[in-house]
This record gives sequence, C-alpha cells and structure tokens, in this order.
Amino acid sequence: MSFIQHSSPHAHGSNSTQKVMLTVALATLPGLVAMVLFFGIGPLINVMLCVGFCVGFEALALALRKRPIGFYLRDYSALVTGVLLGLALPPYCPWWLLLVGAFFAIVVAKQLYGGLGFNPFNPAMVGYVVLLISFPVAMTQWAAPTGVGDHSLPGLAAALSQVFSGQGADGYSGATPLDAFKQAQGLTVDAIYEQPLFSAGHIAGAGWEWVNLGFLIGGLFLLWRGIFSWHAPAAMLLAISLLAFIFFDGSSESGGSPLLHLFSGATMLGAFFIVTDPVSSAVSKKGRLIYGAGIGALVYVIRTWGNYPDAVAFSVLLMNFAAPFIDYYTLPRTYGHTRPRRATEKADN
Amino acid sequence: MSAPSMDTKPEQHVRKIYPIPGGVHPPQNKAQSTQTPLTEATLPKQVILPLSQHIGAAAVPMVEVGERVLTGQLVAQAKGVVSANVHATISGTVSAITDCVLPHPSGMSGPCIVIESDGLDEWQPLEPCEAYLEQDADTLLAKIRAAGIVGMGGAGFPAAVKLAARSPIQHLIINGTECEPYITADDMLMRSYPEAVIQGTLIMAKILGEPEDLVIGLEENKPEALAALRQAAEGTRVQVVSFPCQYPSGGEKQLIQRLTGKEVPSGALPASLGCVVQNVGTAYAAFRAVRFGEPLLSRVTTVVGEALEKSANVEVRLGTPVGELLSQFGYQAKKASRLIMGGPMMGFALTSDLIPVIKTSNCLIAPSRREMPANNPPAQACIRCGLCAESCPASLLPQQLYWYARSEDFDKLESHHLFDCIECGACSYVCPSNIPLVQYYRSAKGSIRQAREDKIKSDHSRQRFEFRQARLAKVEAEKEAKRLARQQAAEKAKQKLADNPPPAAAIPTAPAAVSEAGGADAIARLERAVESAQARVTTAQERYQEAVAEGSERAEQLLAKLKQAEVRANEAKQKLAAAQAEPSATPVETSDDPVAAAIARAQAKQAMNPAEKAKANVESLQKRLAKAREKLAEATQENSDKVEALQSGVEKLEQKLADAEQELAQTAGQLEPVLAAADDPAQAAIERAKAKAAAAATLSPTEKLTSQIESLQSRLAKAQTKLAEAQAAEADNQEALALGVSKLTEKLAQAQQVLAELEEQANP
Repeated sequence: MSFIQHSSPHAHGSNSTQKVMLTVALATLPGLVAMVLFFGIGPLINVMLCVGFCVGFEALALALRKRPIGFYLRDYSALVTGVLLGLALPPYCPWWLLLVGAFFAIVVAKQLYGGLGFNPFNPAMVGYVVLLISFPVAMTQWAAPTGVGDHSLPGLAAALSQVFSGQGADGYSGATPLDAFKQAQGLTVDAIYEQPLFSAGHIAGAGWEWVNLGFLIGGLFLLWRGIFSWHAPAAMLLAISLLAFIFFDGSSESGGSPLLHLFSGATMLGAFFIVTDPVSSAVSKKGRLIYGAGIGALVYVIRTWGNYPDAVAFSVLLMNFAAPFIDYYTLPRTYGHTRPRRATEKADN
Repeated sequence: MSAPSMDTKPEQHVRKIYPIPGGVHPPQNKAQSTQTPLTEATLPKQVILPLSQHIGAAAVPMVEVGERVLTGQLVAQAKGVVSANVHATISGTVSAITDCVLPHPSGMSGPCIVIESDGLDEWQPLEPCEAYLEQDADTLLAKIRAAGIVGMGGAGFPAAVKLAARSPIQHLIINGTECEPYITADDMLMRSYPEAVIQGTLIMAKILGEPEDLVIGLEENKPEALAALRQAAEGTRVQVVSFPCQYPSGGEKQLIQRLTGKEVPSGALPASLGCVVQNVGTAYAAFRAVRFGEPLLSRVTTVVGEALEKSANVEVRLGTPVGELLSQFGYQAKKASRLIMGGPMMGFALTSDLIPVIKTSNCLIAPSRREMPANNPPAQACIRCGLCAESCPASLLPQQLYWYARSEDFDKLESHHLFDCIECGACSYVCPSNIPLVQYYRSAKGSIRQAREDKIKSDHSRQRFEFRQARLAKVEAEKEAKRLARQQAAEKAKQKLADNPPPAAAIPTAPAAVSEAGGADAIARLERAVESAQARVTTAQERYQEAVAEGSERAEQLLAKLKQAEVRANEAKQKLAAAQAEPSATPVETSDDPVAAAIARAQAKQAMNPAEKAKANVESLQKRLAKAREKLAEATQENSDKVEALQSGVEKLEQKLADAEQELAQTAGQLEPVLAAADDPAQAAIERAKAKAAAAATLSPTEKLTSQIESLQSRLAKAQTKLAEAQAAEADNQEALALGVSKLTEKLAQAQQVLAELEEQANP
C-alpha cells in the first residue's frame, strides 16, 4: 500500500453518468416499440441512423478539439441525443435530413459550447428545430399509422429506398391528429372524431395515444430509478392539462381536449425525455417546477394559437433560455437561514 | 417521518422525529466489526501524545525529557479556556518532546510528547467519587475539564467549554447516531456500557442546570444499543430514541433538526437554540472522570477493513501508533488501498502508520482495493443532474458551488452559502460523473479564508500608510498656514506702517510690540485720557486762581471741581500705568496672536538700521539652527525617517546663516558704534565676536588666528579683572570665573601654538 493523499469521501455511490445515459436510452424502448408497431420500420431506421451520425459527429468534434475520444464517448450522451432526435424526426425522411439534424445537434448545439454539461440548449431539440425551419415540407410528412386508410406499412427494402433515394413512399404520409384538429376548423368535434385518423384510436388518435403511452411508461420507469425528479415533467403535463381544460369548450374552434393534448404529438416524449434533460434545465426543485410549467404552457399556446401543430421543441428551447434566469431567483433556503436568497444578492458576510 | 418502533416501550412518550433534507444511504458495512464483543488492545510499547488533540489552543508540556511518568499523570496542561489537558496513557519515561506527523487531513506535523512504556502500567492514584450526582455543578465541570475530555465524535471540541454554556439550555442531546458507514465504536460502547452513558448524561445535565429535555438519539440500525440504553435509562428522565438511517443525520446540526425540528442559525452555535450536543463517548468519558477520577486515557475505536484478518472494536490507549494497533488485527499492508482514520465519508487518509490514535479517532479503516479503489476514477463532465442538490443536507446548490469554485468566484460562492456546507461529502458520493465536489468546496473555503486574512493584513497596512500620509499632509499644511500667516501679518504691518506711521516713541516701547488692535490702542486711548484730564486740571486751577483773585463766591465750587479733576487725572494715570505694566509682564514671544507678534517684529525690524537688521537676522537664524540641530539629533537618535529632511533643513539654515553673517560683516563698520551703544553688554560682546568672526572669514588663517589671539587676550584680561573684583567682593561666582579664566588661558595658549606653527610653515 502506498500512503497516497486521498481526501474524503472515500466511498462513492454506484451511480455513474454512463448508467444514467444508458438507462434513459433504454427507457425509450416502449415508445419506440409502439412507433414501430404503428408506423413501421421507419422510426427504427431514424433512431439507428441518428445514433450513428451523432456518435460520429461527436467523435469528430472531440478529435478536432483534441479531447480523449474514447473517454468522452463512453458517457453515452451522444447516443441519447441520437435516439431522441431519431424519435422526433418523421419516419422515412431522407437520410440527409438526419445528417443535418445530427450535425446541428452535436457539433453546433453541444460541442461548440464545450461539450456535455456546457450546452445551454437541448441538442436534440436544436437539431429538430433547425430542420423544421429549414425543411418544413419534409418535416411535416409524418407517416400515417396503420389502420388509417388502406395503405400498408412499407417493407424494409422500400423503407431504405425511401430514406436513401427518396422514392416510392408518398402514399405513407398523412396528417397527425394535432394537424387534423388544427386544420379542421369547419367541422364539429364529433365530425373530426369520425375521421379514420381518430376513429381508429380511443382518445387521441390512431397510434399516437399508444406511442405516448409507451413514452409515459418509459418515463415512469426513469422516475422510479431516480434518474430525475418528478418536478419538471409533472409541472409540464399539469400546465398542458390545465390550459386545455380551461380553453376546451367542446368545439373544434377551441384547442382540443386535455386528453388529446396529453396523448398526442410529442407530449410524453417531451415531458419525460426532453424536459428532464438536466443539462439545459433549471436546477432547483422549485426552478424545475417553473421550468416545466413554462414549457407546458408554451406547448399549449403554440399548438392552439401558433402556426405549428406541435410545439415541444420550440417550448423547450424557449425555456432553455429562461433556465439560468429561473435559477437565479429560485435558490433553495439553506439550512440555518430564515429565507431563500436570490443569487443576485450580495453575500452578507 | 413517523417515530419508529416507539411502541415497544410504552413508558417512554413517543417523540416526534423531524425530517431532514437531503442525505444519502451508502452501504452500512457495520456488521463486520460488531461480531465480537468490545476488547482491550494490548498496551503499546510507545505512545505519541500530540499536544493538540482538540479544537483550540495546544496544551503546554508539563514534563521534561527523561522524566518518569505514571499512567494518568498530567503531561501537558490546557492553555487558555478552549484547550484540553493531556495525560500520560502509560507509565514510563518521556523519551522526546518533538514534532511528529499528526492525525490530520493535511498530514502536517506538530509537537507531541513521546513516552516509552516500562510495561508496568503503574497508575497515579485516582480520586473516586461515589455520590457524584450530589456534587455541585462547578465541581463536576472542573473534574471534566481536568480530565481533558473533548468531543469524542470526531470534532474534538473541549467538552467542558460546551458544558459551560452561558445561555439557558433546554435540550441536552447525546449523539449516538453514528451515521457513517463502517464505524461502530459508539454502537459497541452503548451496548457495553449503557449505564455509564446514562450516568454521564445525568452528570452533564446537572452541569447544564437540568435541561428539561434529555435525549439520546441513535439510528435504527442499532437495536441492541437501543434496547440496552432504554433498560439503563429506566427510572431516569433520559429519553432514548431512534430514527431512520440517513447519512449525515449524526451531524450536530442535522441531529438537532431531527430531534427538535429547529435549525441552528447560520453562523451561530447550537447553544443559541438552547441545545447542547455531546457524543455518547463523551458522556461515557465524563462518567469515568467524575466517578473514578480517571482522565481521558483511552477510547473505543473501530478497526475494520478487508485488509485485516479480523475486524472489531477495541478500547485503545490514546497515543498508540496506528501500525501497532493494526498489527493486532492481522493487517496486511499489501492488500490495503489506503488507511483511513474516521469514516469513509468524512475521514482522512493517513500518510504514515506511525500516526497515533487520538481522542477523536473513532475508526481505522484498512480497505482492500475492492472496497475502495486506490485511485478515484477520473471526473467526467457535470451533467447537471441535480442529484447533489437532492442529497445536500444543508439545501445548498452543489453544482452552482462547483462552477463558482472552479472559476474562483468567491463572491458568488459566499452568496450561495459555501460556509454553510458541513463537508459531509454526500454530493461527491452521489455524483454520477465522479466530480470531487466537496473537495472543491474545502479548497475554496481555504482560499476564501486566506483571502480574508490577506485582506485584513492589506487593510491594516493601507490604513497605516493613509494615516502617515494624512499626518505628513497635516504637518505640511500647518507649516504652510504659519508661513502664510507670517507673510500676511508682515504685509499688513508694513501697509499699516506706511499708511499711518506710529509715534516714534511707540516703536521701541513694549506696548507697541504687544498688539496692533488691543494693547497699543488701549494705551493710546489712556494716554489721551490722561492728557485731557491733566488739561482739565490745569483749566480748573486757572479758573480757581482767578476766582480766588476776584474773591468770587464760586471759588469753593471751583475748588471742588479742581479736586474732582485731579482725582480723575490720577485715576487716568493709574490706568495708563497699569496698561503699560501689563504687556511688559508677558514676553512678546509667547503672545498668542502670531499676527500681532509678526507685526511687532516687522515694526521692530523696520525701525532698525541695516546693521541691526542683519544682526537680528543672524540671531534668529542661529536660534533656528540650534533648534533644528536639536531636532536632528533627536531624530537621529530615534532613527526616525525624518532625519534626511531635517538634515537638509539644517544645511539650508547653515547656508542662510553664513549669508546673513556675511551681510552682517559687510555692515560691520556701521555696527561697531551701534553695538557700543547697545544696552546689553553681553549681547554686544557676542555680536562683536560674531562680527569679528564674519570679518575673519575673509582673512587668511594667520590673520584670523592673530585677531583671535588678540580677542582672547582682551577677554582674558577682562575675565581676570572680573575675577579680581569678585575675589575682592568675595562674590559667589568666584569659582566660575576662575574656571573661565583658566579655560581662556588654555585656549589662548592653543591659539598661540597654532599661530606659531602656521608662521613656521609660512616662513620656513
């Protein structure tokens, strides 16, 4: 034994960043399975390609930055970014869309800011938003879920040819439930729900409710494993439900029912996999409540009164801006102090 | 959180257990060392007793090298209030009082008393006390202080200081929490000596004025200790409670929060809440000190780890080197990844196995590499997961502190309450990226303390500098003001003199010199009054004589008037005399009014002829030079920094004096008659001498000497005459005069000799 100077603590918990990242990636499985069931092989192709691109860009950026590549790749943060970006992008979209998204997510939004832990914005959402603004047509071509219309899901070969050569898949795409609701101003809610997109489902449209349920299950699993605290996702879901409840008057002119909002679009994926991204969110419990609630409110506002059918990415980025500000005003009350302090206050001793 | 397992003892009322924030649940690792009962370690061959095993001032050695000491003998005495006695823990010989490596996180060395055992363990006689609870509080406190008891839980704060709390105490909390993994010393102590712990608690309660709440708190992972203590506490008012495990609920602040729901205000002591917390080991030691008169000589220490053949708790004499203790447990150095004194969360790695067990050493861990790897894994990036914040028992924001510590933003660190961090290490423990958070905070705290000290130092020197600058500026300003005042006064006086020249007689007289506004005017007024009174007397006399000559009836009336006029004239004369006498009683130099004085001087100067002026100038310069030389001498003696300035001042004055003397010499011709007419013969003599000296400056050395000899001869002649006169009159100053004559003779002889030599040189 050598008498090395170690300072306490000498013990360490079994938790590690790798474990956290792998658990998060694993928890997307129920949602991914639901997506594959309803949209075919497309989402899986997306995820695999995105993971490949993301890890590749990460390695490249680390090499350019002269950082130990293996050490940083082993934190698996690029893997998680790839998975989330892949899940967010429309299935059967062209490969270059994935590449551009991965580039912006990893290189611009993460490595240019200093790598993991230093990025003020959620990388996957930055990649997504860049694509949504730059390539709006491609980004709104969501595949129609099975059981809607009379198309069948493309096979692997057809899917790959669609992704890599852009041929032969026009028939797959269709409106998402949120799209349908937004565009159907002339119809009554009953009439909307009689459309095949909704009638094939139960509460929030064919397929989508199951996908969201899958992500909800994954999220609850992470919560149980203590990967994140309940504050941000709960606040987000509550804010969406509350606003939907207040503004839904039963007509299609209003914003849609709370259940529609909770179980369609990227609500659950956002609530449990994006909003909980610790790096770009607020820090304290109170801060995370505010942060989550802000995202929920923005999601509802943009969905209902904005131009985009879904809004999780925009809302998350907007609240990423606000996170440091929230942190400043939500310091917890420290033991032995009578009131919480704001970070802008000067030390009194 | 609900109070657990309280229902087993219905006679104890259920105490509310409060939640504490944060905390972690590391693997307990307590079973290894609780399998065998508490034993005693073998007597050490040598003990190393650090003079500072506690918080506060180091004790002062009371023994000398080579002295034989008995077990229990005081070898170092507490210095001041916050300090603790140190006793010999074995009998033997003091072999050294020297610096040894201390059990301290820094691995620093400090003074220790080294005692070689004689193997006899011969005890100093002790003073037992049966009816200890009947003793008064001061006696009990004195016994605890004399025994050198300190906080045995790890901090080592002198127990007597805490027990001498000035504010009233409501809660005496005995800490048996032992929340750190591996450590079971308190557990085994409570299991083995529950009565002693309870009695120690009662003794401390007595000292503290019987607080209403006496409670022993322990985590619920010690059911045996809980049962033993409860049994021992029956019939006393000591409450024994347990609560769920949650590191670090054994921290003083956390335990107070657990048991009372109160938080110790930041920067304050628990006593401010009416709480005193003592470790169970301290209670046990206090009991032994009071009951048996036994100083603190040993403690229970957990010896545990996979690098040992067996793990157990052992009562070990203080000062036993760690290596010697570990060897009794089959220590295999090759297997160990490090040696830790204290627990794995807050203990420190030892830098040598010669480090002694001290009063606060509750645990020794010799972990294998499997238990604790030799090297910590490298830190990864912070992913801001917030687990650290969730684990922080002080509700701090560890990641913010981490960023600020890395960027050395001390202001932000303090505004984020860095100094409320108790360094429990929970944040580092949970960090998934292996970031050494608490290590950063410790380092930052050290830097801030250092910066504070530096600031105090620099503030001091800045203040000193500023004070000096201010003082110099003040002196300068005063000088300038004086100079200005003199200048103004001189100008005013000149102007006034030019405007209305005063009567010639007024100049040399004292009244004119007194002041322009006061004395002179008043005297002039009085003089006028006298004149007019006398004039009236004259008129009255004339009229009276006329009336008498005419044989008028008014003659009597006029006589009365004449008498009145005479009286008034006399009064006026008296007043004038008084006014004239008054200023002459106070010397001009001491006049308070510098302006008036300056004017007087100026007037006097103006009235002088050039020769007189030059003379006066030389005189004043000489005075100033003398003063300046005096000051210079003083300054040189004091080694003051003013020496240079004074030196240059003196030089300037000398220069001025030389100039003045030259001027004087030029006017010397005119001077002679004036001097002859001068009232003061001594002054005249001096002036003559000076004039001659000045004149002599232009002469050749021979001429100078000749004139010197001449003057000396004349002085000698005069002196001899005076001496003769004095002798004739049998005056008192005969001796002085005789001495003066002999000195003059001597000088004359010298001068003549020099002159002869010079003449020889000039005419070989």
